[in-house]
Amino acid sequence: MSNLQPWIKKNTYHHSEFWDLKKLIEIKEKKGLTISLCLPTLNEEKTIGKEIIIFKSELVERYPLIDEIAVIDSGSEDNTLEVAKNFGADTYLASNILPDLEPKRGKGENLWKAIYQLKGDIIVYVDADISNIHPRFVYGLVAPLIYRDKVKYVKAFYDRPLSFSGNVRASGGGRVTEILVRPLFSLFFPELTAIIQPLSGEYAVRRKVLEEIAFPIGYGVETSHLIDVYHKYGMEAFAQTDLDKRVHENKPTIDLGKMSFGILQTFIKRAKALGVIDGADHTTILRQFQAKKDQYEQNLIEIIEEERPPMIEIDEYRKKFKK
Amino acid sequence: MKNIKSLKEFLPDLEENLKKYRELLLANLVMIGETPAPTFDEERRIKFILNRFDEAGLTDSTIDDSGNGVGVLASKEDKEEKRAILVNAHADTIFSAKTDHTMQISSDSITGPGVADNSLGLAALVTLPYILEDLNIELKNNLILLAGAKSLGRGNLEGITSFLENNPYEIHNAICLEGIQLGRLSYSSIGMFRGEITCRVPEGYDWSRFGDASAILTLNEVINKINDMRLPRRPRTSIVMGTIVGGTSFNTIARDATLGFEVRSESQEVVEKAAETIQDIVMEVSSKTGDQIELDIFARRTPGGIPYAHPLTSCARSVMESLDIEPRLAPSISELSALIDKNIPALTLGITVGERAFKTNETIQIEPIYKGLAQIIGTIIAVDGGYCE
Repeated sequence: MSNLQPWIKKNTYHHSEFWDLKKLIEIKEKKGLTISLCLPTLNEEKTIGKEIIIFKSELVERYPLIDEIAVIDSGSEDNTLEVAKNFGADTYLASNILPDLEPKRGKGENLWKAIYQLKGDIIVYVDADISNIHPRFVYGLVAPLIYRDKVKYVKAFYDRPLSFSGNVRASGGGRVTEILVRPLFSLFFPELTAIIQPLSGEYAVRRKVLEEIAFPIGYGVETSHLIDVYHKYGMEAFAQTDLDKRVHENKPTIDLGKMSFGILQTFIKRAKALGVIDGADHTTILRQFQAKKDQYEQNLIEIIEEERPPMIEIDEYRKKFKK
Repeated sequence: MKNIKSLKEFLPDLEENLKKYRELLLANLVMIGETPAPTFDEERRIKFILNRFDEAGLTDSTIDDSGNGVGVLASKEDKEEKRAILVNAHADTIFSAKTDHTMQISSDSITGPGVADNSLGLAALVTLPYILEDLNIELKNNLILLAGAKSLGRGNLEGITSFLENNPYEIHNAICLEGIQLGRLSYSSIGMFRGEITCRVPEGYDWSRFGDASAILTLNEVINKINDMRLPRRPRTSIVMGTIVGGTSFNTIARDATLGFEVRSESQEVVEKAAETIQDIVMEVSSKTGDQIELDIFARRTPGGIPYAHPLTSCARSVMESLDIEPRLAPSISELSALIDKNIPALTLGITVGERAFKTNETIQIEPIYKGLAQIIGTIIAVDGGYCE
């Protein structure tokens, strides 16, 4: 597999590169693009109001980057929809969109139905549980799509991580990323390890791509997107943006187990369909990330899992124990 | 508007019109409130405010030598005009940068540290130029918008004091903005001094004298003596013992203990007498116990202000009346004092209703904000129109 460093250099951004919103809007308008923001929700009354206020004020009224803000809800039992409506978002119950289809409940369902309900050429998805919300969560993701026609899918990454000696920091994906997804990608889709935070819930995608890929309705949606878009368009379809810090409630380990199980199902299904499990000569290189100052570099670690045969097959053993 | 009567007729409509700026104002409030700004460390917040002033096209927007954020909405009538109205909101908070500054918004309220004191005041300050421009409200005077640094506690109004010393304008009236409470109308300052008393057990103390030495016990004696001070009922006087810090653990004798206090009085003479008495108490207890006791007075205010019948107060009351706001008259020891010292007629106005002030779950109501803003804009128009002279 080729060195991923050139791809990382070319396709990895920091949100501060896109501070000039006037210029961004000018190009958006020149290209005749429309942008919809989708906030998938389930019981997010504590954070949804702030997200809508910030995006509406900064990216609709002051700088008209977003054409539509929509909340698509899975059936919240709190005041999520009331708060969202009060602050001027379009609100939808996922079950009321395409009502003739059998209803399913999950974040992926909301994201999928957004393609039908929303009008934009670009849809940007932002989780509704972010407590340090900022306009960068949207403009940082849509900017590469506006500036570069070949980019189709822009992923967020976060958390300038803990500092280590020698200016080298481990680039923190979440726990599930580091324990499950990165090892899986290292084995079966090494190029996808260039995506620093494959499970981040914030991404902006062109409609043309969204309408052509399947959506797991549960935890596997982000993983499946990466594999499917990679399979259809290759790595040049992707870009990623550093959005700095993202503050949200941490999930307990037991929930991460559920999440991992869902991701694993999605992964195996795709890996089988693409024939990568049986046919591949698996690599022994684990690809992790480290950041040096503002440069992200892959850290390649060879991990060879050698094995010993059953002891019974060893002559000396059989002689010693007279077997 | 030709006179105060036509202004009063305009205000209820203005209140209604201001609702369309809700997201703009609240977004500013959230972004300001979530940027920590403890006194002496307001730079990041001031930079954000400057950015807003710049985007609104204000002339002369700058961070001055004292770290204040200053924006000037220049007179539409005369570019050479030096006369100016000052609108001020202090930029610092009592919360440290380590405090979680996350704001939470529900349909009708916002909660977070410093949301009322003074993120809302600052949000109103930075949103004001957008609103005035959008509503085609043109002023004859320059309107100076000041986000004052180093105001609270040991800051001792350093930001606004320095600005008033050094700015090139002729400020003839000023309005100070505070998040809460709607109806607040302060036009005078009371006398005050603020300080700390720190007790220290000396280094060479004989620790074998089990149990009879502690900086906390010494400070306790100082507190008892301050508490026994006779204060006059008239002029009204009070002593606020606001903070106490001391010791390190359950089982260690405290080597240090500090009391933060404030003396307030309507009379400068009483304030000065109280300062002398506290100095005597400190010396007396120190000589009795052998502990080091230090009195550090770092902020003083002198009483003053404009009379109740002053045209500015009178104008503000008329504006409040036309918006059904019940004025609550109260003296102030905040930025108003710095303006009074410079003989600038000034008021402090509150913007909305709130509760749990100075706590991390400080909360303000959204709906009354429009009334509060209408009151501020109405007062500015009245001052600008010369109805308050």
